[in-house]
Amino acid sequence: MTALLETTGLSRHFKVGGNLFSHQLLHAVDDVNLTINEREIVALVGESGSGKSTMARLLAQVHKPTSGEIRFEGKSIAHLRGRRDQLKYRSDVPMVFQDPFASLNPVYKVSHGIMRGLKLHRPELDAAGRKQELLRVVAAVGLNPPEEIIERYPYELSGGQRQRIGFAQALAYRPKLILADEPVSMLDVSIRIGLLNVMAKLRDVEGVSILYITHDIASARYVSDRVMVMYGGHVVESGPTENVLSDPKHPYTQLLLSAVPDPRAPLEITTEAAKAEPPAVIDPKPGCRFRARCPIAVDTCATVTPLLQPVDPNHTAACHVTAPAPVAA
Amino acid sequence: MSKSSPTRPERSALVSEGAALLDVRDLRIVYDSPRGPVEACSGVNLTVQPGEFVGIVGESGCGKSTLLFGIAQLHSAPARIAGGHVLFRGEDLVTMPTKELNDLRWRKIAVVMQSAMNALNPVRTIGDQFKDAILAHEKWDARQIRERSAEVLDLVAIDPIHLASYPHQLSGGMRQRAMIAMALLFTPDLIVMDEPTSALDVVAQRSLMVQIKELQQQLGFAVVFVTHDMSLVSHFSDRLLVMYAGQVVEFGPTRTVFDTPSHPYSKSLLEAFPSIRGPKVPLTGIPGDPPNLAEPPAGCRFHPRCPLVQDRCRTEPPELFTVDAEQSPAVEPTTGNTTGDTNGNTNGNGTVLSRCLIHHPDQPLGIGLATEAHV
Repeated sequence: MTALLETTGLSRHFKVGGNLFSHQLLHAVDDVNLTINEREIVALVGESGSGKSTMARLLAQVHKPTSGEIRFEGKSIAHLRGRRDQLKYRSDVPMVFQDPFASLNPVYKVSHGIMRGLKLHRPELDAAGRKQELLRVVAAVGLNPPEEIIERYPYELSGGQRQRIGFAQALAYRPKLILADEPVSMLDVSIRIGLLNVMAKLRDVEGVSILYITHDIASARYVSDRVMVMYGGHVVESGPTENVLSDPKHPYTQLLLSAVPDPRAPLEITTEAAKAEPPAVIDPKPGCRFRARCPIAVDTCATVTPLLQPVDPNHTAACHVTAPAPVAA
Repeated sequence: MSKSSPTRPERSALVSEGAALLDVRDLRIVYDSPRGPVEACSGVNLTVQPGEFVGIVGESGCGKSTLLFGIAQLHSAPARIAGGHVLFRGEDLVTMPTKELNDLRWRKIAVVMQSAMNALNPVRTIGDQFKDAILAHEKWDARQIRERSAEVLDLVAIDPIHLASYPHQLSGGMRQRAMIAMALLFTPDLIVMDEPTSALDVVAQRSLMVQIKELQQQLGFAVVFVTHDMSLVSHFSDRLLVMYAGQVVEFGPTRTVFDTPSHPYSKSLLEAFPSIRGPKVPLTGIPGDPPNLAEPPAGCRFHPRCPLVQDRCRTEPPELFTVDAEQSPAVEPTTGNTTGDTNGNTNGNGTVLSRCLIHHPDQPLGIGLATEAHV
């Protein structure tokens, strides 16, 4: 089985500071290998500044990769030529944005954005077919009754309803993979679950894969099949969600888990690690990027960049201490 | 600042015998709209003791921020206070002239706003903004200002070198901490916080909460903390006030509210977020949206969304009842002291109040809230 989307060695560096002749490079994403299969929700988890949004933008072709390759259905997307191929990829891999208050045009009815997408990406539909499809996608994201909702303006909808419209827009293109960049972080806790359930339903009923980008590891646990944890542009741990979260190997994953507020558990004492901030990875030297905050760092961490090593089948972690590389024979 | 006030009461009658730092009594705040007034805060009672941490939770549009603006007297038209009192150390802020109010502001009551990105001026340095805040209230010389500014930044674990930094040079967590440092300039008695962590990710959020709590223990100020994320305050607040549709629906010690919620809304809020531990259970969230406050539902305002709704709930508006310690609706009612009436009971630290007919002292609904979920 070929993966739906696969990246190998994907990196993106940004120039920062300096002058015309010298500049520094910010390594936003470094050497990421990511696989998303069909009908799968993959959660990309990390703090602000860990490179997860840059990943989404690379996959959406907002940024070109500095190096590495993105293959969609086995074909590299760097070689998409012509408007038709570009449109095809964009309708296959749409994006849902973080802020539902900024991502809908306030002067048009909510049907406007969906109809535009249908005209652009589904030329085979006639006017009646578009209307029908419009009602179908609005109902599919749990907005009822659809006939009434599509006549409304964004200000007449709550945040949760607007974000559902965002998903309906993406769904109208008959996508294979939806890139969802923090889709619930702007919403009230009480309505986040509704959206997460919509995502699970899109996977189960519509057969769509979703890349779910979030800093909330508890919601990742609720909805995702696999999870990848990013830190400082690197993937530091990846595997099936339950395996990673029940037995986290990387100290950063452990830190993320301990930071989740859980009224059902006693308050754990925060370590110094929790007070520090993720690094801006500018012209990095070899070594583990988490070592400054790591409670279990050893000397090797300062000199050798740890690579992802399998800790059980499918579960990999990049840590010299908890997932040591096999000694070369 | 609109200071249209209701009848000015006799001050002596309001000075409470208790030592409550803040005593909000039957506060009503309305927004005037072309279609008539919208009451976003309908008769809220709340007391805060010196050094106490009170959390206020509820969904967007439940009146939490309105209440907080009312407490700090920061509301502006079309919002106005239609009734009630905000007593700060016995003095009514609602009827207080602006000049006296300005004496209290920042020195005794400070406010930390929701998004530090928007609350800090992007074209001025942190130090400059601290200086403004100080000079608005005190005549200090440059050295005093510099020393105090460095001191408060140090308190929130930011290197004082950042006094010369602009907001964009700080990370989100640092900006939010700088806001808190600014609130600490005069070591106030009360700090009112409006979702200070909502723009931060989980790790930064947790470390900020721990820091607020540490500062509170060190400096002894009281905190009123507004958030929509109930789990966030679970380990930090002493008492928790749950708001729905402009009303207090539950108020009690934080642990009690978490362990045995007494109102279906609190219970639904608690069950609305996935846990990181234990078995994975399908969740539904709370169906529907908070009501339009221009025409709140008849009876209990939560009834259209309530999983336990009964016929009586549709017509009979519940008061804020005192919940029996046994948490059982079948138990003999206590002295029948319902607490919609201002004084007394909101002060009792162990008391739980719930606006649900289940806890009606004379005619309880006869059903219970299944509270097995939270162990």
